[in-house]
Amino acid sequence: MSIQNIERRRFDALIIGAGGGGLRAALQLAEAEASVAVVSKVFPTRSHTVAAQGGMNAALANVLPDNWHWHMFDTVKGSDYLGDQDAIEYMCRAAPKVVYEMEHFGVPFSRLDNGKIYQRPFGGQSQNFGGDQAARTCAAADRTGHAILHSLYQQNIRAKTNFFDEYFAVDLLKDEAGNVLGAFVFNIHTGEELIIEAKTTLLATGGAGQLYRTTTNAMINTGDGMAMALRAGLPLQDMEFFQFHPTGIAGRGMLITEGARGEGGYLVNVKGERLMERYAPKAKDLASRDVVSRAIYTEVKEGRGCGPEQDHVMLKLDHLGTDVIQKRLPGIRQTCITFLGIDPAEHPIPVYPTAHYTMGGIPTDRFGRVVTPVKDTPEEVVNGLYAAGECACVSVHGANRLGGNSILDILVFGRAAANHIIDYLKDVRYHKPMDENSVDRAYERLHRWDRTGDGESVEQLRKDLKRTMEDNCGVFRTRDILENGVKEVHKLQERMKNARITDHSGLFNTARVEALELENLMDVALATVYSACARQESRGAHSRIDFPERNDIHWMKHTLFFRENCKLDFKPVRTKPLSVASFPPKARVY
Amino acid sequence: MPETASDSRLRWRCRRGMLELDLILQEFLDKGYDLLDAKQKQLLDVMLEYPDQLLFDLLLGNMISSDKDIAQFVTRIRNTLRT
Ligand SMILES: Cc1cc2nc3c(=O)[nH]c(=O)nc-3n(C[C@H](O)[C@H](O)[C@H](O)COP(=O)(O)OP(=O)(O)OC[C@H]3O[C@@H](n4cnc5c(N)ncnc54)[C@H](O)[C@@H]3O)c2cc1C
Repeated sequence: MSIQNIERRRFDALIIGAGGGGLRAALQLAEAEASVAVVSKVFPTRSHTVAAQGGMNAALANVLPDNWHWHMFDTVKGSDYLGDQDAIEYMCRAAPKVVYEMEHFGVPFSRLDNGKIYQRPFGGQSQNFGGDQAARTCAAADRTGHAILHSLYQQNIRAKTNFFDEYFAVDLLKDEAGNVLGAFVFNIHTGEELIIEAKTTLLATGGAGQLYRTTTNAMINTGDGMAMALRAGLPLQDMEFFQFHPTGIAGRGMLITEGARGEGGYLVNVKGERLMERYAPKAKDLASRDVVSRAIYTEVKEGRGCGPEQDHVMLKLDHLGTDVIQKRLPGIRQTCITFLGIDPAEHPIPVYPTAHYTMGGIPTDRFGRVVTPVKDTPEEVVNGLYAAGECACVSVHGANRLGGNSILDILVFGRAAANHIIDYLKDVRYHKPMDENSVDRAYERLHRWDRTGDGESVEQLRKDLKRTMEDNCGVFRTRDILENGVKEVHKLQERMKNARITDHSGLFNTARVEALELENLMDVALATVYSACARQESRGAHSRIDFPERNDIHWMKHTLFFRENCKLDFKPVRTKPLSVASFPPKARVY
Repeated sequence: MPETASDSRLRWRCRRGMLELDLILQEFLDKGYDLLDAKQKQLLDVMLEYPDQLLFDLLLGNMISSDKDIAQFVTRIRNTLRT
């Protein structure tokens, strides 16, 4: 279709992404009678939030004593003091309310005998600022994500949210002053393009686990929204912090939830030793994720790995007995039987760290507004643009996310962003005129894939990128390894210029979608490896062999990566909470 | 491996929210799809309308479908993984 004939539609708010973050925001907006469009490349209830089986954190104190301030302490400590304490306080205080809201929307949380919501212990949770283990994670059996997504989707249907299912967002649209005014999207079924003009746009496109070869993330997690922000001239923040989940099925990537260790499972090396006793004497197997991931890596590196290649450790659950496994961890048993042909009630499970969660993302404040440095101001608001969920960096997870805090994050900040949008809409009553050049650029980016002839294969480039990232930007990092990573990703980007697809049809052209996703992954990979190379310290998930210590004097700051010239910038961590005293950095011992 | 537009549509519908489903369904499409007759393709079509969690429970053996055809088809998919 020629660019002049592309249909245009107008909404108060455009939400790109229909996971928990996007749907929570959409519901808040639709209930406030804003006109809302939700664009999602997959059917909304197939968004990645569906995979979150473990649960969400809130200090309800239903099982053990708890309060939001302890939750806040754990989150700040878990973040290795890189989290912004104003946003963390806001999230932990809002958590109980958000859980009750979700219950009201129809999420069937598991119950205790007294009728209250059941809460399980997860890694990194403590009572009384670092004391005994807390139990803070609310779950709907092992299908929390499914329940949340389906409840929110139903509520949105009721509230008359406009869904654009199986539409792919290509790029953000702006005016010359830099105000964000919507997005250029196309219908995956028909190939038809559409310009969505919106007074406000919220990115809620999820994470970028597909950067890595071994990952827990589904194939849809390609960092699209992050790359859109980069192309719009905005930075990505703290991209060096990628969480590796300690217990992925070795060689395949699938997650064995922390719940398995919460229920009493533990890790052993080839000698049968409980390895976490050495690395985290107090919290042992429930120490936070980066600590457990590094412990496994170290055991393997030092020759205490299991299996013929000595390339993994074992997670033991057999001592729990078939009944407990069946009752509390019903999914894990079948996952092991299906993919490994072993029953964890009888045999330990081979596990190794797997790429799990993107802590970095599009910088926002605690109202979900996207912020970027302008001249001497580190955080200037980008008018009309919001971000929430895993694609955003608000930053509540800092250098390391705690299990159960992400579902909380997407719901709390999806909601907060919507509330801010509702206020913003009161002042902004009209659609601003678009800069048609931004439409042209998005159109060209899409139609570049119409080129015919021979060229590099998208599939091969994607494989090479994932391998490059795993080898050069994984659990353990050094300057040489990372510099090589920078070089290799640049080479891949060069090769990308010569990539071609063979399918040029309009109908269900998935080859084109995959090519666009790969372009997005390439940009996000550069942001990740550049930021990792720059940060000369070890903090949270970012672990440098050549700089093994955390360095609060030089590195208590957020990294910002810009696409133009691969420029880096930094901004201070917000250490001042909203109402309580700040938690000063301390050694992070579990 | 599927190739027509309706086949591409099917391939896209095999992109799910969970890695486990991606792995099982992609492997099945690559290895087993060409061997399916029209009725079996229809069964696959029906199953792809299921919510992810249900599909996950069926394909990972957490649950057995009360529909005999679906149950058999699930077994067929699971067996493909072991070949
Ligand atoms: C296996 C697994 C288990 C987890 N378990 C837990 C847990 O127990 N507790 C917890 O707190 N966290 C957990 N997490 C993390 C958590 O699930 C995610 O961080 C969270 O669900 C992300 O939600 P979201 O709304 O940001 O994005 P998602 O749910 O990933 O949704 C992204 C949306 O964006 C859309 N989209 C993306 N790109 C485009 C585009 N170009 N055009 C149009 N649409 C687009 C997608 O279609 C989708 O609708 C887990 C993660 C994994 C991988």
